[in-house]
Amino acid sequence: MSKAPEMAGAGHGTRSYPPRPEAVYFYGTCLVDMFVPEAGMDAITLLEREGVRVIFPDNQTCCGQPAYTSGFPDEARQVVESQLDLFPGDYPIVVPSGSCGGMIRWNWEKVVASDPALKARAAAIAERTFEFAEFLVHVLDFKRPDQGPAVTVALHTSCSARREMGTLLVGRELLARLDNVTLAIHDHESECCGFGGTFSLKHPDVSTAMVSDKVASLKATGACQMVTADCGCMLNITRRAAREDLDAGRTTPSLPGEHLATFLLQRTGGSETTRKEDAR
Amino acid sequence: MSAQANTTGKDAGQPIAFVSAQALRARMHDAVNDPHLRTSFRGAMDFLMAKRAAQFPDADELDSLRSLSESIRQYSLSKLPDLLEQLEANLTRNGVQVHWAETPEEANAIMLGIAQRHQAKLIVKGKSMVSEEIEFNHAMETAGVGALESDMGEYIVQLAGEKPSHIIMPAIHQTKQQIAKLFAEHIPGVDYTDNVDALIQIGRRVLREKFEVADIGLSGVNFAVAETGTLCLVENEGNGRMCTTVPKVHIAITGIEKVVEKLEHVAPLFSILTRSATGQAVSTYFNMISGPRRGEDKDGPEEVHLVLLDNGRSQAYADEQLRKTLQCIRCGACMNHCPVYTRIGGHAYGTTYPGPIGKIVSPHMMGLEQTHLLPTASSLCGACGEVCPVKIPIPELLIRLRGEANSEPHAKPAMRGQGAGHSTLVSFVWRMWARVHARPGSYRAFSWLATRFRAFTPTRQGGWTAARTPLQPAPRRLRDMVKDRR
Repeated sequence: MSKAPEMAGAGHGTRSYPPRPEAVYFYGTCLVDMFVPEAGMDAITLLEREGVRVIFPDNQTCCGQPAYTSGFPDEARQVVESQLDLFPGDYPIVVPSGSCGGMIRWNWEKVVASDPALKARAAAIAERTFEFAEFLVHVLDFKRPDQGPAVTVALHTSCSARREMGTLLVGRELLARLDNVTLAIHDHESECCGFGGTFSLKHPDVSTAMVSDKVASLKATGACQMVTADCGCMLNITRRAAREDLDAGRTTPSLPGEHLATFLLQRTGGSETTRKEDAR
Repeated sequence: MSAQANTTGKDAGQPIAFVSAQALRARMHDAVNDPHLRTSFRGAMDFLMAKRAAQFPDADELDSLRSLSESIRQYSLSKLPDLLEQLEANLTRNGVQVHWAETPEEANAIMLGIAQRHQAKLIVKGKSMVSEEIEFNHAMETAGVGALESDMGEYIVQLAGEKPSHIIMPAIHQTKQQIAKLFAEHIPGVDYTDNVDALIQIGRRVLREKFEVADIGLSGVNFAVAETGTLCLVENEGNGRMCTTVPKVHIAITGIEKVVEKLEHVAPLFSILTRSATGQAVSTYFNMISGPRRGEDKDGPEEVHLVLLDNGRSQAYADEQLRKTLQCIRCGACMNHCPVYTRIGGHAYGTTYPGPIGKIVSPHMMGLEQTHLLPTASSLCGACGEVCPVKIPIPELLIRLRGEANSEPHAKPAMRGQGAGHSTLVSFVWRMWARVHARPGSYRAFSWLATRFRAFTPTRQGGWTAARTPLQPAPRRLRDMVKDRR
């Protein structure tokens, strides 16, 4: 099969980055908070190990993206308005998920546009919001010796991360800085995994076709695992792979997936956050 | 157009919307489970993506050409009413008769009138998606006038009794074996051959004869230049030139949005059109039509008509955001790069224009009653917006249309069928969702309950568990872990 050309996805151009800050706000996102908290914890540990103080605003809930993309702008606005007070200091805001980061960076302003004062605040927040991997590369210049064994991994970059946050290159860059890690590029790498939030619920046929293709091309690389910086995609891909394993009677996961933060922490001598994962 | 007529009745909306949504789901289901369709579209789209990519080796050049093209289209649309008047005046001066049609029925009636005045028996057609949009062939045939497609892809689709599955490559879903069978069945004296060159020669021979006997030639228009009164037509097979020069009468039809002010606006749009569409630096043919044959001319039609069609375009025009839909130059790059289109092909959409552009333009043409599910059939991955040569923010427009469909029907809708997808239950769920997430205290309580009672999470999770293992909240939330450590 011929490889499709890679899509660059730098849809929003380049941005400038601040110097290394004393502290950051960590916007964990609802998905990480409730479903993949280990990834959020590992990201926090990693940031702190780099000497950055991490502030976790306790009033954070959700970026509003589910309602926004489903066509419920009023509901999205209510949620966004409740989040505008979370970041009183000037510190950068780090988001461990590309699509939520993209929501804050590009859409909060649109959602509250009818109120000029709120719009200005949303714009100021957008300006200092960074996707986790982007922040590691461009602000912290993350470089730590790779302490893990030689492995080959595949990287899935979410569409929002790539197009809205420009993180295809930073994800690759972070993996390239690990001496014993080989990155396997999968077929149709830049193609969507088929998650799309409510799309996966509303159009299961097409969504399943997309995620099955994604799982197949990731497995075809022979990589021992997938790494991604977006928890929506990660759950979509790994839960599809798990279902295939279940249907085939396999007991070990054929395509384990991890958040980039967890992977980086493990490789560079940190101890990642663990929990007993459900057997199902 | 019967589908059009159905939605104008006040009571007709709801049941049709229901049937249409069910039908769309059924077609999508069939399409993704058709391995032949999946393989052929994947291969064809990969090929087209690679061809386009090869045309734009320099990302900066691409971006500046896209910005230029976007600004030309936006500028043209900003002056649309004036430009249309200027276009009409200059075309009239050039001897072209200009007709205005608000609906497909009006457009077909105008063209049938011209055909009947000339006692036409056969109209030979160049490729025109607008003629597909108004179901021109059907309207002519019903009235006893033959309409024959002369673009090879359109000809194949017509023989098969189908509609185009792609706006640039109408027969992309057909294999050479299927085409060979069609030709052998429908063309007298032709034996089965799946040699592509032989098939093209057969088609060419049949069509050549038809150009000679056709009474009228029909074509589309890619760009209509207001300042000169020129109709530009981009094509590869030469059939467009035949249709517009050989028969005594040439009728061009286009949507009102295709006008640009100056001739110099055409060059960048032409360049980005062919490079985005088929990955060609230029097309084989580029026709500039500026009137019927004049006194000393040795060829060309004696009569030229232009039909300008609205069909929902002025509805899109009236809204600042929705107006961006009209920037489209119909290159098809959005469908070539769309992961949904790649998996279901063009027919599953059930609309003249498939793919991402179809999802945002069809609701204006057909009303949201029939199309409200279309904008939801996207993961919003953004590939369409990234490749659009005129930078139409397709994902943003999909979200807007979702909102138009979801919202409760109100008195001053921006579009026909607003509220057609409204569900009291779904709206209630989102209101509750907003109440929980807009109040940090409620969210903390909700998420605490969800994690504490995770064992009670349903294992059947609708579309999610159709193909995946179920989701279950973690035992402890991130905020709990953060607190534990401090």
